[in-house]
Amino acid sequence: MTLDVTGLDVELAGTRILDDVHASIRDGHLVGVVGPNGAGKSTLLRAMNGLITPTAGTVLVAGDDVHALSSAAASRRIATVPQDASVSFEFTVRQVVEMGRHPHTTRFGTDTDTAVVDRAMARTGVAQFAARDVTSLSGGERQRVLLARALAQAAPVLLLDEPTASLDVNHQIRTLEVVRDLADSEDRAVVAAIHDLDLAARYCDELVVVADGRVHDAGAPRSVLTPDTIRAAFDARVAVGTDPATGAVTVTPLPDRTSAAADTSVHVVGGGDSATPVVRRLVSAGASVSVGPVVEGDTDHETARRVGCPCTSVAPFTRLEDTTAASATRADIAAADVIAVPVAAAARPGVRGLLTGAVPTLAVGDAAGAPEWADRLVACDAVVSAVGALADTPSDGV
Amino acid sequence: MREASARAVAWSAAAGVLLVAVLLVSATIGPEPITLRTVAMAALTELAVPVGASVTMHTHAVPVVSGGLPWPALTIAYAAPLQFGVPETAQVIVGTIRLPRIVLGATVGASLAISGAVLQGFFRNPMADPSIVGVSSGAAVGAVAAITLPSVVVIGVQPAAFAGALIAAFTVYAIATKNGHTPTATLLLSGVAVQTLLGAVTSFLVVNSGREIRPAMYWLMGTLHGSRWHDVEAALPVVVVGSAVLLAYAREMNVLLAGEEDAHTLGVDVDRTKRLLLAVASVVTAAAVSFAGAIGFVGLIVPHAVRLVVGPDHRVLLPVSALTGGAFLVAADTVARATATEPPVGIITALIGAPFFLYLLRDREVRAL
Repeated sequence: MTLDVTGLDVELAGTRILDDVHASIRDGHLVGVVGPNGAGKSTLLRAMNGLITPTAGTVLVAGDDVHALSSAAASRRIATVPQDASVSFEFTVRQVVEMGRHPHTTRFGTDTDTAVVDRAMARTGVAQFAARDVTSLSGGERQRVLLARALAQAAPVLLLDEPTASLDVNHQIRTLEVVRDLADSEDRAVVAAIHDLDLAARYCDELVVVADGRVHDAGAPRSVLTPDTIRAAFDARVAVGTDPATGAVTVTPLPDRTSAAADTSVHVVGGGDSATPVVRRLVSAGASVSVGPVVEGDTDHETARRVGCPCTSVAPFTRLEDTTAASATRADIAAADVIAVPVAAAARPGVRGLLTGAVPTLAVGDAAGAPEWADRLVACDAVVSAVGALADTPSDGV
Repeated sequence: MREASARAVAWSAAAGVLLVAVLLVSATIGPEPITLRTVAMAALTELAVPVGASVTMHTHAVPVVSGGLPWPALTIAYAAPLQFGVPETAQVIVGTIRLPRIVLGATVGASLAISGAVLQGFFRNPMADPSIVGVSSGAAVGAVAAITLPSVVVIGVQPAAFAGALIAAFTVYAIATKNGHTPTATLLLSGVAVQTLLGAVTSFLVVNSGREIRPAMYWLMGTLHGSRWHDVEAALPVVVVGSAVLLAYAREMNVLLAGEEDAHTLGVDVDRTKRLLLAVASVVTAAAVSFAGAIGFVGLIVPHAVRLVVGPDHRVLLPVSALTGGAFLVAADTVARATATEPPVGIITALIGAPFFLYLLRDREVRAL
């Protein structure tokens, strides 16, 4: 049962909250809605389930306009897990989950589908406190109870508003695994507003970036989560890389400041773990960094992947000379404004041959004086200002 | 969910037994003590079952309209199937004097308690009671106007109170409604404002009432004095039908407790349900207060106390509240009857109710409603 959002405009109290929003969610797909606070993510979900009537545009669920369906009919197609789990009455967990069966129960009949309720509670890990008062649960436990309630609703479309907001690390993953599985094995169409970009990238098939009530970008996480899109939507500077553990896109927010090295293109020569502190400092300062050559699996290699720098790697125990890695590195160096070379890295075989002096070269380390291949020698914690200074002076070679 | 119905039946049976016991014991108490056995036999003798009904057109005298207005009157024929040969004095005392008052008391108590339970859940506010939407203050204006200005308000105290109650409730609702939505907070506040306004009107009428001040004050505090079977015949059907409708919406009320947005996503037509609950609870309350006056505290403490014992599930809460409310008001009225000065029962309910309520609050650590 697909959900199609077309040209959606929403105004609340005279203020435009959503502006011409389009989205399409297919069966078996998990779509994440990401965006800064106040971007309209919750409003979008509330318009999708019919709570808010849009001023223009349509939300079609399996071809029918949600806002034309009765609330009972709509709730058989779309289940919603609300953001704030404020349950003030002393119902038991089981009673709350049973409320999910409301749309399937006739006024004077009793719903006999206790199996659905049991399954929903088992799946979300709340069965163990089925008999407890919801008011006695923690916020995270209550959030899982509300997920169970939505599962009991057995609707083909599931909307979740910040399902992991008040959960600990363990339950964030467990909840998203359940949600992922609902899309994969039950073919439900799932939309989740998710704050955490890494979690969103890791679990969602597709992301919709919403900011200022508009869709900035939509598509596969890797194509959507670029530094430029995130800067436009969140007004934040980030490094986008690959998480070595999950292989998913990972977004690292950087301090928002302009430094001496900002917008400077720097090539860092790797070696074991000596380039890692240099790369971190330069990326954080806003420099555009490339790395290489590094040995596959070394700390420097992981770091480069984590912060999303272009990186040239070589297999362990291979000679660097005359490999494609060497020519790729030469190209990176030629394109850079400055090269930063940890003293330890320069000692690796084959590296010295790359340092021709055509580009201003900075040695980084604690050695006594500047090596003959470098223009300057600085300690690691001064690398940012040194790069800035060096980039401004035209190179005249060694 | 079967378990919920089983709990509802078990608790209702227990509350029903309590109610019947209180009714019978109450009927033994009075200036002329009568044994429980005689009371039981007299009550069964009095028991009448409808055997037929006819409608006749009457002409109701109205000052402006010459010749009066045609008015349909329903006459129901009753037959008493059981006869026990109770001594005539006892039969008259129990059957004609005490039982009508006791049964009306039970009816009024039940209606106040069930509407109180509904409105507390509706407003998600522990301080809500049937008077919150202006029903009681509207009824008070109608009743006091009929008592103090009988030449202006010609329709009699009870119809005037009933009309006043419904007009006030509708006004509160209309003020709070905008674009088809009735936000609960707005409803609560407009109820408070309308209550204050109507309270001023009532006070004005009372101050200028001259020698009618005593009946007016009795009505305002709530009294079951002088109740007759025809009062029961008028009030009971309204309360029974209204309560049945409210019970049919018990599950929606449970879901509404999760909040209106959640209720909507769980398939409840929130605005329609709120409108219906408010209308039915208002009519049920209006039926009670127009016969017994503005009896306070029953609609507030009975649902509260019952909720502490049986929990918030309306499928259990509503029937048990109704039965317990009936028993509570009959017990309070028995105390009023047994007191030499026969104070209005509203004073007794407040005297018993307020300390009991405070005890519950202190003892049970009430966290939420």
